[in-house]
Amino acid sequence: MNFLALFVLIPLLMMAGLFLSKEMKMIRTVAVIGSTLQLILAVAVLILFLQERAAGNTAEMLFTIDNPIVWYAPLDIALAVGVDGVSVAMLLLTAIVVFAGVFASWKINPLPKEFFLWLTLLSIGVYGFFISINLFTMFMFYEIALIPMYLLIGVWGSGNKNYSAMKLTLMLMGGSALLLVSILGLYFYSAPEGGELTMNILEIARNNAIPHEVQTYLFPLAFVGFGVLGAMFPFHTWSPDGHASAPTAVSMLHAGVLMKLGGYGCFRVAMYLMPWATSELSWIFLILTGISVVYGAFSACVQTDLKYINAYSSVSHCGLVLFALLMWKTTAMTGAILQMLSHGLMTALFFALIGMIYGRTHTRDIREMGGLMKIMPFLSVCYVIAGMASLGLPGLSGFIAEMTVFVGSFEWTDPFRRVLTIVACTSIVITAVYILRVVGKLLYGTVQNEHHRELTDASWWERLSAITLIVSVAALGMAPGWIANLISNSMSVISERIMQYI
Amino acid sequence: MEIFNYSFIILLLPMLMFVTLGLCGHKMSHRTAGMLGTSGLFIITVLAYIVAAQYFTMPRIDGVFATVTPYNFTWLQFTESLIIKLGILLDPISVMMLVVITTVSLMVHIYSLGYMHGETGFQRYYAFLSLFTFSMLGLVVATNIFQMYIFWELVGASSYLLIGFYYTKQSAVAASKKAFIVTRFADLGFLIGILLLSFFTKTFDFETLTNGSVSLIDTAAGKSFLGISAASWAMALIFMGGAGKSAMFPLHIWLPDAMEGPTPVSALIHAATMVVAGVYLVARLFPVYVIQTPDVLMFITVIGAITALYAAIVACVQTDIKRVLAFSTISQIAFMIVALGVCTSMELDHEGHGGLGYMASMFHLFTHAMFKALLFLGAGAIIHAVHSNEMSAMGGLRKYMPITHITFLIACLAIAGIPPFSGFFSKDEILAAAFDKSAFWGIWMSLVAGLTAFYMFRLYFNIFWGKEAHHEHTPHEAPKTMTIPLLFLAVVTCFAGFIPFGNFVTPTGLSYDIHLNWTVAGTSIAIAIIGIALATWLYMKPNDKPTRMADSMRSLHTWAYHRFYFDEIYLFVTHKIIFRYICAPIAWFDRHIIDGTMNLMATATQWASYHIRGLQSGRLQSYAVVFLFGALLVAFIVLCCM
Repeated sequence: MNFLALFVLIPLLMMAGLFLSKEMKMIRTVAVIGSTLQLILAVAVLILFLQERAAGNTAEMLFTIDNPIVWYAPLDIALAVGVDGVSVAMLLLTAIVVFAGVFASWKINPLPKEFFLWLTLLSIGVYGFFISINLFTMFMFYEIALIPMYLLIGVWGSGNKNYSAMKLTLMLMGGSALLLVSILGLYFYSAPEGGELTMNILEIARNNAIPHEVQTYLFPLAFVGFGVLGAMFPFHTWSPDGHASAPTAVSMLHAGVLMKLGGYGCFRVAMYLMPWATSELSWIFLILTGISVVYGAFSACVQTDLKYINAYSSVSHCGLVLFALLMWKTTAMTGAILQMLSHGLMTALFFALIGMIYGRTHTRDIREMGGLMKIMPFLSVCYVIAGMASLGLPGLSGFIAEMTVFVGSFEWTDPFRRVLTIVACTSIVITAVYILRVVGKLLYGTVQNEHHRELTDASWWERLSAITLIVSVAALGMAPGWIANLISNSMSVISERIMQYI
Repeated sequence: MEIFNYSFIILLLPMLMFVTLGLCGHKMSHRTAGMLGTSGLFIITVLAYIVAAQYFTMPRIDGVFATVTPYNFTWLQFTESLIIKLGILLDPISVMMLVVITTVSLMVHIYSLGYMHGETGFQRYYAFLSLFTFSMLGLVVATNIFQMYIFWELVGASSYLLIGFYYTKQSAVAASKKAFIVTRFADLGFLIGILLLSFFTKTFDFETLTNGSVSLIDTAAGKSFLGISAASWAMALIFMGGAGKSAMFPLHIWLPDAMEGPTPVSALIHAATMVVAGVYLVARLFPVYVIQTPDVLMFITVIGAITALYAAIVACVQTDIKRVLAFSTISQIAFMIVALGVCTSMELDHEGHGGLGYMASMFHLFTHAMFKALLFLGAGAIIHAVHSNEMSAMGGLRKYMPITHITFLIACLAIAGIPPFSGFFSKDEILAAAFDKSAFWGIWMSLVAGLTAFYMFRLYFNIFWGKEAHHEHTPHEAPKTMTIPLLFLAVVTCFAGFIPFGNFVTPTGLSYDIHLNWTVAGTSIAIAIIGIALATWLYMKPNDKPTRMADSMRSLHTWAYHRFYFDEIYLFVTHKIIFRYICAPIAWFDRHIIDGTMNLMATATQWASYHIRGLQSGRLQSYAVVFLFGALLVAFIVLCCM
């Protein structure tokens, strides 16, 4: 058995522990131990990965198993695992967000046990997705991650939660229907005439046998299928409602990690396996994602609900992820992954803080709040830091991600991509507008509601949650070199694959 | 070079102080935090002076000070050639800037001990000052344009934080937001400029860009957009970033509002250091501008000249003393920009004066930083005494605040261009450079210089002479922590003009003896004296002449008082057009059209399933009927076909 399987095993054990626990204290202990173990494991995998690479192992995916555990031989469904630089980074991101999420839901009520159970199941789906290299297993984990979302929002959510939960689930399920079709299509064309069909991503890529006309219709299916989760325009409307209704930790995990599944799937399945179609069809999606970037930012400017502002800002930032992927130069794609990491961390931070503020003031409408800096200085300072990361202040993660994307996209010389890049660049100004608008309204100025004066600042678990994320955001922003190298080594393979078709 | 190995401390120390004060500041007493910040900065200042002393006493190589890069490590690698490095680059202008920044910053640190005494958030204030100092120092020693961009953004952020220091005050919050967004908009141009420049030249490195080893013109040859070459676009967009930070017309609107910040902050950031970043940027890339894109330099001259005149006119009618100083800053920076713009070559020796403007610009940057900081700190002392920014609350203060009065007068004489104060020498060089280019620019800038003398003395007389305002309690001189910086800067202002600046900073690096061109100098002194005389006549004694003057030019006065309504235009564009006609419709479209489509699909599905659910009613009778009719239908079709 491969140690990557621990990413699924630890949460499974955690679930067993949760299932057996009776009181709040026990539940918390299990959740904290489990998430800490995950964090340690993710760091260990990162170190092992770097050691292997340093030792000169240049295989595309490391820690693969020679004999995958076959589940259903006729369709080649097997538990095949392996990681490259991008997956390692994503695993680390997930572990950090889960860790912070556990502390952010310290006082979850009602049904704490069930909440943590579903949350853990969700994290199994996410981890499993990032370590699988078998298309079907990947899809299975993808679904595992989606289903708990319905219950988490439906039961623990707020506001118009039934509508939001249903909308989110249905739209994402619609995406996975497209995905399933494209996965089956990829399987049936995976080998050259007479060869053995396979679901293994590495083998499909090695065979590179999918006929071009098949790619033409499978690529859009796969890209849109994952793009729905990546909040691509015009399939993004689940995101504002879903985030607004979701409980804090779920928003954190959803925006921080789950939306990354979309971007990750887009390049791992759609672009990597169908390089020809990528080079032919990417222009359509470039336009859509380019729209996402500015559209989301403009929409965020006039929202009044804190979560809506952040959801639209996520549309803009995740749009930039897909946008950069579709530029498929190594630098731009590296930027896309950096943007995923950066967005994951800072949005998780944002949603954590919004949850904490909402828990105190019982409103998310910025018009009803003001002057929080005086009342809850710790949360407010964290909010300013998150805002600064979001608008791309150097030293925090947003800056390096955006700059890598822009520099990478600027390597293209054709007017079409040049214009789109410049359009995407304008988002740095619009982002500043909506971030500063919120900061100015919410934290500065005079106290709007006299009752707010009695509110307390963050408690220790909230502080721990926020500090974990802030430290990660700052670490990524200040020392981006090593992680950028890690990612670009893996990305250059994919980039070169597509490059041969232009 | 090894002798500069310690130079990293100049950057590290303010960063450490920011972190310490930011994280532990709230646990310290005001006194500890203030002393920690100030003593840290004192060490940095001493180090900067040592750097300057060592640098300028180094033996010259071929008559030129060598460019030294003691540190330069890779921070983030984009592609094989495009690498962001963080490092320290020492050359005459960056060393000069180190001296300017640390000096003014130290004075502001000391001054703030008195000025900010007892304010809540005192520790936060010192933390932000340290952050600003760190960012500004990082900006000037940048080894490549991307490092400069990084610190450029950081100074913007620290400026935002300091303008909004009094965050419970609505106007301060609005001003900080405006400053950040306007400069962000300019930075967008800067960023695209950097992308273009690096795309063509394949490098971010200043040395490679400026030593002639890559030519932007050659690499970008043949590419143009809207009839302007790609090279010019790149350099003009980069200048746009500089114009935003340096508050050049039409991106100047944030600077007057930025006066909402504490006055020492205005002195440090919005008068002496950050706002000259744009000038420094152009100076840094000067060889590229002057050799490869002279058309952009022409553009820069025009922008600078318009700004200088505009700001000077507006400054003549403002009543808030900090706003007068703000517009005067804009106007003076425009002088420096014009000086760079009128350069025609790198030469500066007996044969050619094409590069005189460069030297003049840097010289004026240096002297201006000192006397403008002095003016702002003086204004701070006055505001501290009378608790108002308005001129109407002042008048006759010379009796109560002798030190402030004398130092303020010295600064006013310097900015007006009266010898032997420092401003005279530097401004004279700028005028000489402008006359060298063409008489038109020379006369234009001389006119602005005259206006400068007028509005500065209008300010001076209104504060210290004129009608004495009614004070609730007698104004008194500021405490020692505030007067010592004033005296120090006043002494510098008196003698800085005699620094043989041409020996240190010239475009080529070769030493140049500044010699006064007495025709230009004579004219400029005469103009300054006319300006001062006019101000004396109007404002020294209380009288109704100013009102009559204003009445006779009512419309001009109103327009100038309202800064020619530029703020209103911007407000109209951002609030009315962008918010109402772009953002709101997009949000509506998203809610009703995109989301509406999704909801429609759901509703349609629901409607359809509601209507076909009768088919699965569970009643055997209806199943039997359907079965019978189905069978009959099949039989009928089969029969027909047969």
